[in-house]
Amino acid sequence: MTKLTIVSLSILSIFFSSIINAKIIHSERSLYRNIIVDDQHDLRCLKFNVKSSKTSQSCFLKSDPQKLVFNYTKLLFSSLLMIDEPKKVLIIGLGGGTMSNTIHQLYPDAKIDNVEIDPAVISVARTYFGFFENENVRSIVQDGRIFIKRAALKKQQYDWIILDAFNGDYIPEHLMTKEFYQETKMLLSDDGVLSANTFSVSKLYQHESATYHAVFGDFYNVANRKNSNRIILTKKNALPSEEKIASRVNKLTDKLSAFGIDIESIQRDIQSTTTHRDWSDNTRILTDQYSPANLLNLE
Amino acid sequence: MQKKNQHVWQNPLIYILAFSSGFSIMGIELLGGRILAPFFGSSVHIWGSIITVFMLSLSLGYLIGGKLSTQAASLNKYGTIFIIAGITVLPIAIYSQVIMESIFIQIEDSRYGSLLASMALFFIPTVILGMISPYSVRLLVTDKESSGQTAGILYFTSTLGSALGTIITSFYMVLAFDVNDIIISFSLILASLGLIAITFNKLTTPEINNLMEANND
Repeated sequence: MTKLTIVSLSILSIFFSSIINAKIIHSERSLYRNIIVDDQHDLRCLKFNVKSSKTSQSCFLKSDPQKLVFNYTKLLFSSLLMIDEPKKVLIIGLGGGTMSNTIHQLYPDAKIDNVEIDPAVISVARTYFGFFENENVRSIVQDGRIFIKRAALKKQQYDWIILDAFNGDYIPEHLMTKEFYQETKMLLSDDGVLSANTFSVSKLYQHESATYHAVFGDFYNVANRKNSNRIILTKKNALPSEEKIASRVNKLTDKLSAFGIDIESIQRDIQSTTTHRDWSDNTRILTDQYSPANLLNLE
Repeated sequence: MQKKNQHVWQNPLIYILAFSSGFSIMGIELLGGRILAPFFGSSVHIWGSIITVFMLSLSLGYLIGGKLSTQAASLNKYGTIFIIAGITVLPIAIYSQVIMESIFIQIEDSRYGSLLASMALFFIPTVILGMISPYSVRLLVTDKESSGQTAGILYFTSTLGSALGTIITSFYMVLAFDVNDIIISFSLILASLGLIAITFNKLTTPEINNLMEANND
């Protein structure tokens, strides 16, 4: 009896201490969402809406801020296997600013435009996640769709466009349509790559794939079993050959390992839709006219 | 409480029409968010623009419809309002891209861009749809005593239509149809109902004349 009590007490104490250790250091309600920053030992995370770990948007280790914590942020660097050094980068959806910081460290001369709809997210990223801006790195408060439309009117070009505007429980539906991808494609430089971090499940997965395919033709999926995210890699022109990718892996291995990115193993998670078509031919394409992405994600 | 010279199906027909106009108004308002999003985003100010324009148009519609109902109100004119409503809804589907594109280029601030686009797309059809409520009251009311109750039943019917128009459009129709197809359906339904009202009026008028002649005998 006493033994059991001791065991259950110690389990309880572990349980409570983990809660106590996850200390909320900042929380606010912005125009778009609840923003929570919490510290768990060395790990600092940005969360939207709920306090569960599932909704973490961005995390970093306070003792080693350079090291990428999230699987999907690491997977996003597979984009570098598609292009040579990027000179202009566009990031839609800031989060904690991890991508911007890392890319700037890798390529200090690259111009990086971060577009984020919520000004509160930008100031939290600056204050708690070390997100920095300088003459090469800027952040713009705007809806991603509007920014891309205006940039296309001004005939701007980017070598690397990252779509990372979806959080765990809501998809801005006007950022998942054929027309949006066409507008984004107009911004890609001739050799540019578009990488999208998405988490669609069930029915929406197929609709999303079919829509990308309608605009870009065949593309690469990058995913591993660690979570439900997948990265979509597409280019305006032909995707690079396997030899080209292998030579880039060699060049990047050391450079990326400093950030905790194992590009060799990520390379093995890249699958082309030429060999792995993961949608059926009659899948309806998402358009500005038909875009019930959130409803489809429920089914 | 039927008027002497009025067909027994006239009031139910007016309620059905009022229900459908309520249904269409909210269905279109809801799709407004979808239509504006590609140019002006989906932030809270989009809904600010849309709701402002709808409320403004409805308020003017009530005023104009009420005034119009004082000048020889008839089921014929009532039906004509529906036909005009149906016609003015149609440009939302046909010209929205052109209209929004030119506004997007002219105006940088997406708040005023979306407000102007809402005005251009929704102002006229919503004014026309707003005229229907006071006009319905005029056709339904028979005496002072029951006028409040008549208005109550009318508001009940048209607002119930609005509630159903909102939920059916947002839960089910956007999953099955293109936005433009839904808008065109609203336009066709409104225009058809207008035609039905006019036809009904034509068919029942001789009957009433006969009745009146019979009463005169």
